[in-house]
Amino acid sequence: MITMENVCKSYRVAKRNAGFKEACKALFHREYEVIHALSDVSFTINDGEMVGYIGPNGAGKSSTIKILSGILTPDSGTVFVDGRIPSKDRIRHVSQIGVVFGQRSQLWWDVPVIDSFELLKDIYSIPNHQYKKNVEELTQLLDLQELLRSPARQLSLGQRMRCEIAASLLHSPKLLFLDEPTIGLDAVSKIAVREFIKKQNELHGTTVILTTHDMQDIEALSRRIILVGKGKILLDGGLEEIRKGGSNIDETIAELYRSFEIQEG
Amino acid sequence: MQKYFAFFRLRFTLGLQYRAAAAAGISTQFAWGFMQIMIYKAFYDAEPGAFPMTFSATVSYIWLQQAFFALFTAWIVENEILDSVVNGNIAYELCRPIRIYNIWFSRSLANRISRAFLRCLPILLVAVFLPYPYGLSAPASAFHFVVFILALGLGLLVTVAFCMLIYALTFFTISPQGLMVIFTSMVEFFAGAVIPLPFFPEKIQRIMELLPFASMQNAALRIYSGSMSSPEMKRTVLLQVIWLFILTFCGSALCRYAEKKVTIQGG
Repeated sequence: MITMENVCKSYRVAKRNAGFKEACKALFHREYEVIHALSDVSFTINDGEMVGYIGPNGAGKSSTIKILSGILTPDSGTVFVDGRIPSKDRIRHVSQIGVVFGQRSQLWWDVPVIDSFELLKDIYSIPNHQYKKNVEELTQLLDLQELLRSPARQLSLGQRMRCEIAASLLHSPKLLFLDEPTIGLDAVSKIAVREFIKKQNELHGTTVILTTHDMQDIEALSRRIILVGKGKILLDGGLEEIRKGGSNIDETIAELYRSFEIQEG
Repeated sequence: MQKYFAFFRLRFTLGLQYRAAAAAGISTQFAWGFMQIMIYKAFYDAEPGAFPMTFSATVSYIWLQQAFFALFTAWIVENEILDSVVNGNIAYELCRPIRIYNIWFSRSLANRISRAFLRCLPILLVAVFLPYPYGLSAPASAFHFVVFILALGLGLLVTVAFCMLIYALTFFTISPQGLMVIFTSMVEFFAGAVIPLPFFPEKIQRIMELLPFASMQNAALRIYSGSMSSPEMKRTVLLQVIWLFILTFCGSALCRYAEKKVTIQGG
């Protein structure tokens, strides 16, 4: 179970105007602006749930994922994941979770994918039989046979993303955080990834938290949606509650962003 | 422990992959070695009595330095580590049940050893067969050789522990460039990579020998040729152990502090 209560997180960002003169001025006097990435965020997620975490760019989605996975320490508020405080107990916490950052890579660039997998096996101390079983299952579900022996640098984005997702599930985590897992993927890969995540949830009861801008992802995967904007939770409910009539999901969400006035610009 | 060894193994095999880089490295090391020997030859011809080491000992120092260049030179840092801090890929490493300091340490160690592994054999082999006094002479004694190996290993660990400070400080400076320039030039000069430490004026030398830089290549290379007495060797090795302890302590404390304050760059 995941609970977040009154969590706040802010960043300090250096700002200056364009131009050489301004750059020189900034050498002596630097202006900072405090950005409140999260202000007073609270929610609870039960075991086995699939939750879509949506909001416009810069709403605080990634910050939430990073706090939940123990990478960032919140400024205030309490976070509990299965009784652990992620930022305090990082090492014990992360051995139980899987994370995919859609715009980053965890595979070693110059060696075959399977070498990265073997490394993860040692890092997570995965027992031999479990590792074999998981690799077999993931290879079959994500269609990886041909990919495992090629270096990561020579895979296409879609192929790599399938490997990335497999890499995050090798240690059978009970919790899976997906930060934009379908970013930049073509239709076939997107569907494959969605199907797989769904199956993972059904087969293993994995709790999935998913951030995305692709509303079809949300439609296909999650029954519950948490909408954030400007660091606050604006809406927490079922997909059906949000949708009015039979209108297109993208338009519904755009309408929602407009009604809360959280669209950047 | 096995986790960190797995990192070491993968980084080591990765390092062995780059054959062209190794070939280029070897030829650079040969050219550089010969050039330095020529320069010293000219100096020694002019006034052999003015030097603290014999010509043949200096030549051995140079050849060993070239052979084990990758173990000790300051600019071999893991760019991937620096990049991961700069562009935020460190997010993934923080998602692993491992200490950041330890994986970075084993990665850097593996990188240096795999580079040196490919480069040292051809250089040592050729240097041994060069005619006296231009070749690598035998170690002063079997005992000296054993201590040399020990000091070589410790020197490598001290060098890596020192580079770890660069990685940890990058968390705070955002860009590693400035740190790299300061640290690498300091190491090159004070470690005896430019000229061996005995060639410095005695007063300066006495201070330099206490600094962590002297515990890098200087210790092993001078022990080999027998230019240190037994108590001196003991003191040198002890000092290496002390510096290794201090540097790893500072580095891992700094790393742990940085982990708490980390922000992930680039969204």
